[in-house]
Amino acid sequence: MTAANNYIPFPTKIEKVIRHTKTEYTFRMHFDHAEERVRPGQFFEISMPKYGEAPISVSGISADTIDFTIRKVGVVTNEVFERYEGQELLIRGPYGNGFVFDDYDGSELIVVAGGTGVSPVRGVIDHYAHHPEKVESLSAVVGFKSPDDILFRDDLAYWKDRIDLRMTLDSAKGQPGYREGFVTAVVPELTPKDLANTKAIVVGPPPMMRFTVAGLLKLGLPEENIWLSQERKMCCGLGKCGHCKIGNVYVCLDGPVFPYLKSKTMVD
Amino acid sequence: MGYVASREQFGKLFSYWKKEYDIWAPKRFPGGGRFSDTDAVRYAVVQEPDEIEFEVKSAYSWKETVLPPSETLFYFAQNHVEEAMPPLRKRLVFLRSCDLEAVRRMDQIYMKNGDPDYYYARKRDNLAFVMIGCPASCENGFCVSMGTNAADQYDMSIDAADGEFRLDSRRDDWSAVLAAAGAAELDVKPCRVSENKVQVRVPENLTFEVGKSSMWDQYDSRCINCGRCNFVCPTCTCFSMQDMYYDAGGKVGERRRVQASCMVDGYTDVAGGASYRKKNGERMRFKTLHKVLDFKERFGYQMCVGCGRCDDICPEYISFSNIINHLEEGMKEVQDHDSSK
Repeated sequence: MTAANNYIPFPTKIEKVIRHTKTEYTFRMHFDHAEERVRPGQFFEISMPKYGEAPISVSGISADTIDFTIRKVGVVTNEVFERYEGQELLIRGPYGNGFVFDDYDGSELIVVAGGTGVSPVRGVIDHYAHHPEKVESLSAVVGFKSPDDILFRDDLAYWKDRIDLRMTLDSAKGQPGYREGFVTAVVPELTPKDLANTKAIVVGPPPMMRFTVAGLLKLGLPEENIWLSQERKMCCGLGKCGHCKIGNVYVCLDGPVFPYLKSKTMVD
Repeated sequence: MGYVASREQFGKLFSYWKKEYDIWAPKRFPGGGRFSDTDAVRYAVVQEPDEIEFEVKSAYSWKETVLPPSETLFYFAQNHVEEAMPPLRKRLVFLRSCDLEAVRRMDQIYMKNGDPDYYYARKRDNLAFVMIGCPASCENGFCVSMGTNAADQYDMSIDAADGEFRLDSRRDDWSAVLAAAGAAELDVKPCRVSENKVQVRVPENLTFEVGKSSMWDQYDSRCINCGRCNFVCPTCTCFSMQDMYYDAGGKVGERRRVQASCMVDGYTDVAGGASYRKKNGERMRFKTLHKVLDFKERFGYQMCVGCGRCDDICPEYISFSNIINHLEEGMKEVQDHDSSK
């Protein structure tokens, strides 16, 4: 049997670098027929020869490009920031299940995301912001640490006019459009009309996801209407290296997007 | 077809193998043990039948023959990537029943959990297995409890006794070589262990709830998270990626995968500083439940093959079979606690 060599990365051209903050850039990469091949919530392994690989979620998809919104926090990502438009990156993927629009079409959709957790759901929010007829309603609650940490400013401005967008900053007073505090403080204020048809996506750091889900359940959302995306160390993305295993689940193969009903049974 | 062969007659088959295969077998390294004046027994490529250690179980398992501690996947030269070549020759592996059962577990992860792994698959197709019979149980093994004492998916079995070899060959060409060498036909069944000194029982009611038991706390201090239990385990499959560059200019190098351990620091670290399972007791719980609970939930059979190598190697004398046997108590503790709430 000859399987394809699933470890060798391929070069892709950096078409655009969007600087959100000092430590968070979006790299827009050329990727043929991206819309047919990639879903929001999926991820790629980005290679930096000599430094290794890092799993990075897809933060945007167009006809022939994919976006990676990368935070400069590790040896690999530090090196990615040394690259410019016109240069190439070595990548492999996509991996994981991603968000499936069928799960959310026709619902009153709530998306709660914090910090870089906005990246994997950006494609979902953007999709429904452009196709509002596909959902009953869309409420997005998006939080960042400080004014210096705000990502996707252009998108936020576009979404603001089209969906119910609420934005928070952990610690900053007097920022127009933002309120001070955590996203979890906004959740109790949401007013879904038909709870059985209300669906929610939650992505962010583990404590933020825990408290947000608790808030949503308190609103009365059924457990089966909530989805989360998990972040774990992944060396292969192929179900082999073992690092992302939680119980009987491989986050890279079975996730990273999980129904809350499954996620709540997973013990690290 | 069964044969009884003299050393000379078996030597003919061994020479026949050598034309096609590198022969990997447990080998004794005098003075190479972990304590003074003890020998090491580990896998090596052997050139003569006499180099094979038939009596003592190897400290490290068969897995080195397909998953070496470090394996080059491909080479970088600037932005060009070139795949590492596969081994030039096929590999014939001498191994015991527990390890032959472990092959099935390794195949499960590398061939069937998601797409097949390219590097494993290309070697796996070129492996042959000769199973060494076990006339008696090893010290810490519990293969009978795990149901791994009767592996049958071998190309040939071999039992060495009284200066001769009893062989059950399933390869026509190997049988022909033995027959031509004058080996007598005989109905041969490989020696099997039917009873171990160590016995384990995985409780029927085992769930992840056992993680709440206090049984794991002792390992916070007893375990030193060296990871040896993982590295010797014939069923541990984990690895990490590692890039290596040859020159200071950083233009030429390679990417390797190296064996990894869920007991060792850094296993779960994500960029930005988060990590999971910081306590050694939590890591012990994670490893234990993978071996006797969640692998089975996912694939339908237990991962642990009961070879006992983790017990043999632990510098803190932690016994894995003992942990398994405490799971029942652990479950009871958790259930009693829940029902008293």
